[in-house]
Amino acid sequence: MSIISMSNLYKTYNTGKVKVEALKSIDIEIEQNQFVAIVGPSGSGKSTLMNIIGCLDTPTSGNYLLDGEKVGRFKPNRLAEIRNWKIGFVFQNFNLLPYATAYENIELPMIFNGLSYKKRKKRVMELLERVGLADRAAHKPTELSGGEMQRIAIARALANNPSILLADEPTGNLDSVAGGSIIEIFRELHRDGATIVIITHDRAIADNVPSTIKLKDGVIVDSLN
Amino acid sequence: MKFFLFLKQFYRDLSSQKLRTALTTFGIIWGTASIILLLAFTTGLKKDQKRRQHGMGEAIIILWSGRTGMPYEGMPKGRRIRFVEEDPEYLKMMIPEIAMASPEYTNWSSTIKYRDKIYINQVTAGNAEFGEMRNLIPKPGGRYINPNDIANKKRVAFIGYEAKKELFGDEDPIGKIITIDFVPFTVVGEMIEKDQNSSYSGSDRRKTFIPYTTFTSMYNRSYLNNMVVKPHESRQSDYVKRRINEVMARKYRFDPKDEEAIWEWDTTRGDQFFDNFIFGMNIFLGMVGFFTLMVGGIGVSNIMNAVVEERTKEIGIKMALGAKASFILWQLVSETLLMTFIGGVIGLILSGVIIRGYNMLNIEEMGSPVISPEIAILASILLGIIGFLSGYFPARRAAKLNPVEALRL
Ligand SMILES: Nc1ncnc2c1ncn2[C@@H]1O[C@H](COP(=O)(O)OP(=O)(O)O)[C@@H](O)[C@H]1O
Ligand SMILES: [Mg+2]
Repeated sequence: MSIISMSNLYKTYNTGKVKVEALKSIDIEIEQNQFVAIVGPSGSGKSTLMNIIGCLDTPTSGNYLLDGEKVGRFKPNRLAEIRNWKIGFVFQNFNLLPYATAYENIELPMIFNGLSYKKRKKRVMELLERVGLADRAAHKPTELSGGEMQRIAIARALANNPSILLADEPTGNLDSVAGGSIIEIFRELHRDGATIVIITHDRAIADNVPSTIKLKDGVIVDSLN
Repeated sequence: MKFFLFLKQFYRDLSSQKLRTALTTFGIIWGTASIILLLAFTTGLKKDQKRRQHGMGEAIIILWSGRTGMPYEGMPKGRRIRFVEEDPEYLKMMIPEIAMASPEYTNWSSTIKYRDKIYINQVTAGNAEFGEMRNLIPKPGGRYINPNDIANKKRVAFIGYEAKKELFGDEDPIGKIITIDFVPFTVVGEMIEKDQNSSYSGSDRRKTFIPYTTFTSMYNRSYLNNMVVKPHESRQSDYVKRRINEVMARKYRFDPKDEEAIWEWDTTRGDQFFDNFIFGMNIFLGMVGFFTLMVGGIGVSNIMNAVVEERTKEIGIKMALGAKASFILWQLVSETLLMTFIGGVIGLILSGVIIRGYNMLNIEEMGSPVISPEIAILASILLGIIGFLSGYFPARRAAKLNPVEALRL
C-alpha cells in the first residue's frame, strides 16, 4: 500500500478577484521507503503540493490518502496530530525557535506528543548523535552554522518517528559543502528505511534521487520512477 | 524542561515588549492595590463607626413627648403631652414587635459622694432593660440593675467609668457605699469603657444609673424625661414608630397624623445612612479600582496582541510540528495569567505593607483597615477574570492562524 496516494487533486487560492489554480489534476503514488524529488520552476506549485502532503494545508478538491487515511477533510486538531505523528518537516530557512537551544528545538514535537521528560531526553540524545551534533545540545541557533542548523531541523523532523520526511528546498540556503552533507544525511536515512520527499532546484541533487516529479504551472508534466 | 521552556518563552515575550510590560504591570499593581486598599479601609472604617455608633445602643428608638401640632376633638393645638411611668409597659403590651422598653428619668445635677470625694453630675434612671438597650455593660465582678432592684426600689447604683475614676480612683468600687444627693447607695457595677459618638443626654461614662423606682421615691417627678424602646428586628423600626404614634395618640387623644406630639430618634436610621454611605463609597472606589484594572487588562491584551504579531512565524513553526490550537491558546493565556498574577501579588504585598504602616500610625478616626479573606478572594477573582479575558482574545487569534500563511512570514 502506498504511503501517499493522491488522485485528481486540485488546489485553488481565492485571493479576492483572482483565482490562482496552484495545483491541477494531481495524481501521485508514493511508496514506503521511496525517495522522491519534486522539481519545477518557481511558482509551479511545489510548496503547495508539499504543504498538502504534510497536512499543513488541505486540497480544494480531490482525494488524498495518507497511510490509507482520507486526510483531505480532517479537522484542524486531527491534522495537527497527523503532522505531529506522521510528518517530519524540513524547511529551506530551518525554522528553528531562535531563543531555544538545539536540544529544546528537537524536543518540541515530543512535547506536543505528550512524551515524558525521560523519553524525550533519550530520544533527543539519540537524534543529536544521529546528525552528528551531540556536542551542540546547549547551543542556540545563532551559535550554529547553516548546515548545523539544518541538521538540528532534520533531527527535530525525525523526533516522533514520522512515516514520511518532507523537505522544501533544504539546501537552498546552504553552500554546496553544507548542502552536500545534508543530502548525505537524507541518503543515509533513506538507506535506513525512511520515506523522503524533497523539493529541490538543484539538478545535481535531483539527478541523484531515484524518482522525480516534475511540476509546471500546477500540473505534473513528468513523473519518473 | 517543558516548564522551563515555557518560562523562557514568557521571559522572551515580555522582554521584547519592555515598556509595555512595565506600564501594564504597573497598571495591574495599581489596580489591585487600589481595590484592596479601599476595601480594607472602608471595612475598617465601617467596623469602627459601627462600634462607636452602637456605643449608645444598637437599633433603639428614643421617644420624647412634645406639644400637639394639630387641634383634635375640640382641643387646641399646642397641648403638652407627657409620658408617664406606665407608658413603656403599655407600649410593649400593645405592640408585640417591641422587644424591650424602658422609662428614663434624668436628674441633671446630682451630688455624688464617696468618702471625701464629691462628684456632681447626672443621675439617670431606667428599668433593667435600659442597660442592655443602651449598651451599658458591667465590668467583670459587677452587674447592671436587675428586675429585683426595680421591684424593691433598691438603692443600688451602676456607675460610668469616668464617674468611677473621679470617685474611686483605682479602688474597686463594687460593694462600696456612695451617696446620691445624701441618700446612700451600694455600687453594684461599673460600666466597661466604650466609644460613644452620639448621645441625647451626655456621655454615659460620666453618669450614675439607678432603678427608676428608687429615683421616683427620691425626686418628685410625675413625668418621664423620655422612653427608650427596641424592636425585635431593626427593620421593623418604621412600623414600630408608626404603631407607637397610633397607640399614644389614642391614649393621649391627639391626631395620629400629628408629628409633633411625639419626637423620636431612630438610631437604625444612622446605621442605615452610614451603611449606605459606605456602600456608595465602596461602589465608587471599587469602580475606580476596577477600571484601573481594566486598563491594565487592556494593556496586557495589547502586549499579547503584539506578541502574537511578532510570534506569528513561531506559532506557524509550532503548528507545523504538530501543536494543536489549544496548545497555542493556553500557552498565551497562561502567559497573561502569569503576568496578571505577578502584578496582583505585588499589588497585594504593596497594600499589605501600606496597611501595616498605616496601622502603626494609630489614626483612630479612620478605624483599622484589614485585608479580610473576602477582600483577597474578591481581588483574586477579579484579577483572574481580567487576566483570562485579556489573554483569551489575542490567544484565540493566534490559535486560529493558518499555519501555511504563518510560516510564509
Ligand atoms: N496563499 C496563497 N494565496 C494565493 N496564491 C498563492 C498562495 N500560495 C501560493 N500561491 C500561488 O500558487 C502558485 C504556486 O506557489 P508555490 O507552491 O509556492 O510554488 P513553488 O513552491 O513551486 O515556487 C504560485 O503562483 C503562487 O503565487
Ligand atoms: Mg516553494
